Amino acid sequence: MTAQTMTGTEEVTLRRATPEQRRARAIGIVMVVLAAFVLWVFGFGVDGGDTSTFNLSLPGARFENIKWEVDSRLLSIILAVIIAFLGGMVLRRTYLRWTNVALAVSLALTALSFLTWAAAGKSFSLVGMLVSTVVLSIPVTLGALSGLMCERVAVINIAIEGQLLTTAFVGTIVGSAANIWVGLVAAIATGALLGAVLAVLAIRYHIDQIIAGVVINIFALGLTSFLARRVLSAEPSLNSPGRFASVKIPFLGDIPVIGPMFFDQNMFVYGTFILVIAIHLGLFYTRWGLRSRSVGEHPKAADTVGIDVHRTRYRNVILGGCIAGFGGAFLTLSQVARFEENMTAGIGFIGLAAMIFGRWMPLGALGAGLVFGFARALQQKLGILGTPIPSEFLSMLPYIVTIIVVAGVVGKSRPPAADGQPYIKQ
Amino acid sequence: MTDPDLETSEPDEQDDESETTGDFLARATGVGSSMKQALMVPALALLSALIIGAIIMAVTDVDSLRLWGDDPGEAFSSTLRGIGSAYKALFVGSLGSRRAITETLFAATPLILAGLAVAVGFQAGLFNIGANGQMHVGGMIGLWVGFGVSAPAIIHIPLAILGAVLGGALWGGLAGLLKARTGAHEVITTIMLNFIALFMVDYLLTGSFFQAEGRNDPISRRADESAQFPTLFGDFRVHIGFLVALGAVWLVWWLMYRSTIGYEFRAVGANPDGGKYAGMNVAWVYVAVMGVSGALAGAAGANQVLGLEPYRAFSNFAGDTGFDAIALALLGRSHPVGVLFAGLLFGGLRAGGIQMQGAAGIPVDLVLVLQALIIVFIAAPELVKAVYRIKTVDDTKSSSISTGWGS
Repeated sequence: MTAQTMTGTEEVTLRRATPEQRRARAIGIVMVVLAAFVLWVFGFGVDGGDTSTFNLSLPGARFENIKWEVDSRLLSIILAVIIAFLGGMVLRRTYLRWTNVALAVSLALTALSFLTWAAAGKSFSLVGMLVSTVVLSIPVTLGALSGLMCERVAVINIAIEGQLLTTAFVGTIVGSAANIWVGLVAAIATGALLGAVLAVLAIRYHIDQIIAGVVINIFALGLTSFLARRVLSAEPSLNSPGRFASVKIPFLGDIPVIGPMFFDQNMFVYGTFILVIAIHLGLFYTRWGLRSRSVGEHPKAADTVGIDVHRTRYRNVILGGCIAGFGGAFLTLSQVARFEENMTAGIGFIGLAAMIFGRWMPLGALGAGLVFGFARALQQKLGILGTPIPSEFLSMLPYIVTIIVVAGVVGKSRPPAADGQPYIKQ
Repeated sequence: MTDPDLETSEPDEQDDESETTGDFLARATGVGSSMKQALMVPALALLSALIIGAIIMAVTDVDSLRLWGDDPGEAFSSTLRGIGSAYKALFVGSLGSRRAITETLFAATPLILAGLAVAVGFQAGLFNIGANGQMHVGGMIGLWVGFGVSAPAIIHIPLAILGAVLGGALWGGLAGLLKARTGAHEVITTIMLNFIALFMVDYLLTGSFFQAEGRNDPISRRADESAQFPTLFGDFRVHIGFLVALGAVWLVWWLMYRSTIGYEFRAVGANPDGGKYAGMNVAWVYVAVMGVSGALAGAAGANQVLGLEPYRAFSNFAGDTGFDAIALALLGRSHPVGVLFAGLLFGGLRAGGIQMQGAAGIPVDLVLVLQALIIVFIAAPELVKAVYRIKTVDDTKSSSISTGWGS
């Protein structure tokens, strides 16, 4: 090695693989191993001749009883062959751009094979799980959007967890005392307030942004637990807000599978999709977006051309708080319809991971949110199906996925350049 | 434009050989160097937190709130009585008697250990939120040694602590390894590892290996008597774990300020790029720091299963300690001695909080609120200074330890 370096660095760089190539090799190996695993465990782990039945419609839908019956072993064998083929393509390293796509497809096929294995000899509501996926992805996506709004202007918002928890609490109290719409507005307003607190601590007082966020989280956990025990247990009527009902969109809602997933949900789901599109368009096609991004990438340059760095940051962090408030309201006004102590259980942090996974892009946040939603839905539905895997391990699934995601299976993503740094005007 | 990273290595951070009490207090509080000024910010932070806590109690006092319409005078005095009895219970429960003081020391023991864990991370620029998970993993291994090995107490207790320390180090080191190899931010990985550890404990508690015989609920076997930490003063609950915590304070001080490794930790914390150019293996430092940090948290975990009744593990036996530890390390400004005092303060709040819940019916969660408020005021000395209009010599320091999500 040293001799080579001495004779000339060019020779070494020619021979050594680039990081992308090394990554492709590692991922290719993982995929081949995955194929072997699918073949061995899911393919030959079921009795030959067993069939898995996937229900593709919900009971009572317009097109009822759409089913997909398939030979469990045969399907897994086919899937294993496809994964192995994709792995081989990745290992050849000719189409480096498609590495991530191949990996994503393989993981999806593995999940399908896993479901086939779990549902061997039984019937499984695939559409039910996909609907849960969308519902469970909502708080994660909203958390990611909230983090994204702040980080695009270089303020790290690690307080999403606390914002979700507090606004969920406010949502249930105001929602029970008045009605759910007022509860929603109150939750969003509280989110804005918490965003403003973070903004003041980070921008005005230059507190380390992570510390400020953690303090808000501790405060939110303590305050909501305290109030839940002191107020909600004394007045249980303040903790039953009711929930937003589903609104079915005509025609679209009747499409099998896609209909119940995307067009027969409540206002929160539609709102989230609208937010994703609005933020995407806003960030990349409006003056506000250009200014926000420039403040996040190079605040000094932004300041030089006359953009008010601090005002932009305040505005976006407060808007991020509003989005978190919308997500918090979802928790108590749609999903559970009551507040429980520490009910967020890390969703805010999973949202942060989704933001990183989605590469600080709104559409990426949505995609990442759906991946986490799928992991959680899988955990819930497999419990019903009764697999030999202990429920505790299924519960770990979303958190393990988060670690894998953050550890960069998807490759290195780049945060806004000035992320986390206070801006002090000279 | 100068790189902000290069400016953070201050001479007084690098050379602590000649550190005097005044210097330490100055650094610990960020306010002047005289004793009076140094204690002012923490004292005012505590005062402010208590005042806001009182307001929170007042507006959530449902019974008194109902009175406001009929009899405002009575409502006012009833609210005041409620707050008074709560804070009186807080004081009596933490310092009011010999038993109360030993209860404070008892409650402070795991807090000091876990606080040191977070503090070591801070000094190296790493934010270990995973003390909770490291306590769980350490505690389970400590407990396993506690019931799985038979030995006289003199060997059994150190062996159990060692097992817990190794378990915690492993769990913490994993987050360090992830950061070193992939750049995964430790804040997210440690939180996720917390949840994974939590479910792992739940799983183990229902397995035949750990579960108590003849039980169906998730509770572990009892640690052997020879592995249970003996108490220091007979009946009182404070045990030798407190001495272990004091030893750990000294050990961390020695490690951070007297050893080469600690110097590398702090150098990397002050400026990772600088450390790299000085020839330090930054990746190794990340693993080592998280390992040491996890080890301390593991000791705190041992304390939770071997230091108190029922000497068993149960679901989430680490409780809030791992999160209080963050607040505590901030309060102690990441200095071992600062952490010791912060731990005693929080131990007092905790011991008093239990009394407060029993005697005055105020949920013990109020203590969490008080802690968060104290930290806000401590982390933003400017805030306290602004509220109380204090003038100071040195206003330039900003307490930035993080620079985003990159590696």
